[in-house]
Amino acid sequence: MSFPWAKQFQPTSEVGKWIDQRLPLPRFIFNALGPGYPTPKNLNAFYNFGVLAGVALVIQIITGVVLAMHFAADTRVAFDSVEHIMRDVNGGWMIRYMHAVGASFFFGVVYIHIFRGLYYGSYKPPREVLWMLGLVIFLLMMATAFMGYVLVWGQMSFWGAQVITGLFSAIPLVGPTIQTWLLGGFSPDNATLNRFFSLHYLLPFVTFGVIILHVWALHIPGSNNPTGIEVKTESDTIPFHPYYTAKDFVGLGIYLILFSAFVFFMPNALGEADNYIPANPLSTPAHIVPEWYFWPFYAILRAFTADFLGVPAKLWGVLAMFASILLLFLLPWLDTSPVRSNNYRPLSRILFWVFVAVALALGVCGGAPAEEPYLRASQLLTAYYFAHFLIILPIVSKLEKTKPLPNSISEAVLAKYSKAGSGGSSGGAPLAQPAE
Amino acid sequence: MASEVRQAPVENLGSGGERRRDFLYIATAAFAGAGVVPVAWSLVNQMNPSADVLALASIDLDLTPVQPGQAIKTSWRGKPVFARHLTPEEIASAKKVDVASLRDPQKLEDRTKAGNEQWLITLGVCTHLGCVPLGAAEGEVRGDFGGYFCPCHGSHYDTAARIRKGPAPKNLEVPPYQFKSPTSVTIG
Repeated sequence: MSFPWAKQFQPTSEVGKWIDQRLPLPRFIFNALGPGYPTPKNLNAFYNFGVLAGVALVIQIITGVVLAMHFAADTRVAFDSVEHIMRDVNGGWMIRYMHAVGASFFFGVVYIHIFRGLYYGSYKPPREVLWMLGLVIFLLMMATAFMGYVLVWGQMSFWGAQVITGLFSAIPLVGPTIQTWLLGGFSPDNATLNRFFSLHYLLPFVTFGVIILHVWALHIPGSNNPTGIEVKTESDTIPFHPYYTAKDFVGLGIYLILFSAFVFFMPNALGEADNYIPANPLSTPAHIVPEWYFWPFYAILRAFTADFLGVPAKLWGVLAMFASILLLFLLPWLDTSPVRSNNYRPLSRILFWVFVAVALALGVCGGAPAEEPYLRASQLLTAYYFAHFLIILPIVSKLEKTKPLPNSISEAVLAKYSKAGSGGSSGGAPLAQPAE
Repeated sequence: MASEVRQAPVENLGSGGERRRDFLYIATAAFAGAGVVPVAWSLVNQMNPSADVLALASIDLDLTPVQPGQAIKTSWRGKPVFARHLTPEEIASAKKVDVASLRDPQKLEDRTKAGNEQWLITLGVCTHLGCVPLGAAEGEVRGDFGGYFCPCHGSHYDTAARIRKGPAPKNLEVPPYQFKSPTSVTIG
């Protein structure tokens, strides 16, 4: 599926033709990421983050496969085998730091990718399935990251496993049975470590499969764009290759510079020092905190400190934490405004930035110890988080008076260009910067 | 399906419109299901605790060396267990409390075995967020009520290991145990 003006794949060599008739893989790549994919010509830098997330996953898979060659999933030696990687394996320290920092960066780019989708209304029809597949990938990432963190078998690994599997014990009646089943025992132990290693190795490949579905679903309607309006004619688009491949490589270069800065100069800046202490089931760290990318959700979990409506506080926390993500699956039906991009929604645009601030503030609370004023703040911020999606957004999308939309992407681009470059050369000049 | 209906001879239709082939479909699905369900269950069940884990699910504990006022720590099912030899004063102070005023109302008698009231055996897992409270080892802080104190978020437990102050919702859990002899117990 593509626009009728998409370039057609034409193998030039005899070998190319022979392959195309038997397994048209080059044709598939040509249509997915090559000249055969017409893309809106106004995509900005934020549209780079999908590709960056893909690169981040590939880095995790490659470094992860290498680490698995040296890691031993046994509680007696797991921690030591990680230190063995750090000290004895040739270049092992670099591989492990790439994997640890890579996890943080993966979440970083995915969060920007998600907020990009929120700002430009990329979840709205006809892209609901695309959006939901993205959320599935996010959930898979969270499960994978959590289990990978446990493998190190440090103090935070152990107590993180205890707390996270303990969430399931909040389920009425069957909770403790489920927790025992997940752990394969009555507390995190060898059975837990082994199954987490197995699943940690499996889930990235499941994620990769869902990403293929995600990209497939993207190519049915084509990419959204900062104006949020549909592609109408060929003049609204440029071929993905060479235009966006070139642009994405610039972003990738910046990403890798930042990534290298962390890997080589501050590899532990994003981690918890306590995880360099071997796991000890008889001694708890004073503050159990997950990695930074889970902080907002951890804050929601801890925000419930009192029983109410006959439901225990712990169960409320667990339900709210899962609901905070599952709610996003309903977003295409909660936000009913026909205008996608917040560039044309003055009220919704302000609320978007308020929501970003709330999410960041929840992150700060989740990383802080469970005491005042962070608990009270978590409670207010959690209330706003849910109100944003369940009350504010549905009402605003009904009442808001949106700005007039441009007639086409091309018109919007040309209007912007003639404003910026008035007095200078015009006419043919926009073609010189089609990617902007 | 439509083409199959067309191919099916009319005389094969039963009174309710069912075909002989429907029987084959149902029989195939039932047979496959009978095979798939037990296999699926064994794939789920393999994640439950294995025999060697369950073999350690109960432990024996010798209480002979524990003098009144002392406690020992051991590990049961991967969790710390505190076994404490209460002094007569500690027993008296635990009994003095008005049970109705407690957050998790329980008497000392409910938390110990009859005839062995001086032995307070509980899990060393704070009921707030699962930290290990202080107070079992010699010289550790025992909190405002002389029992246990959780340093993570400041929960104070009394000499019956009942929650008295702080965020924890429940008393320290009493594991299932039996006295085998006056100085030896089986936990689990």
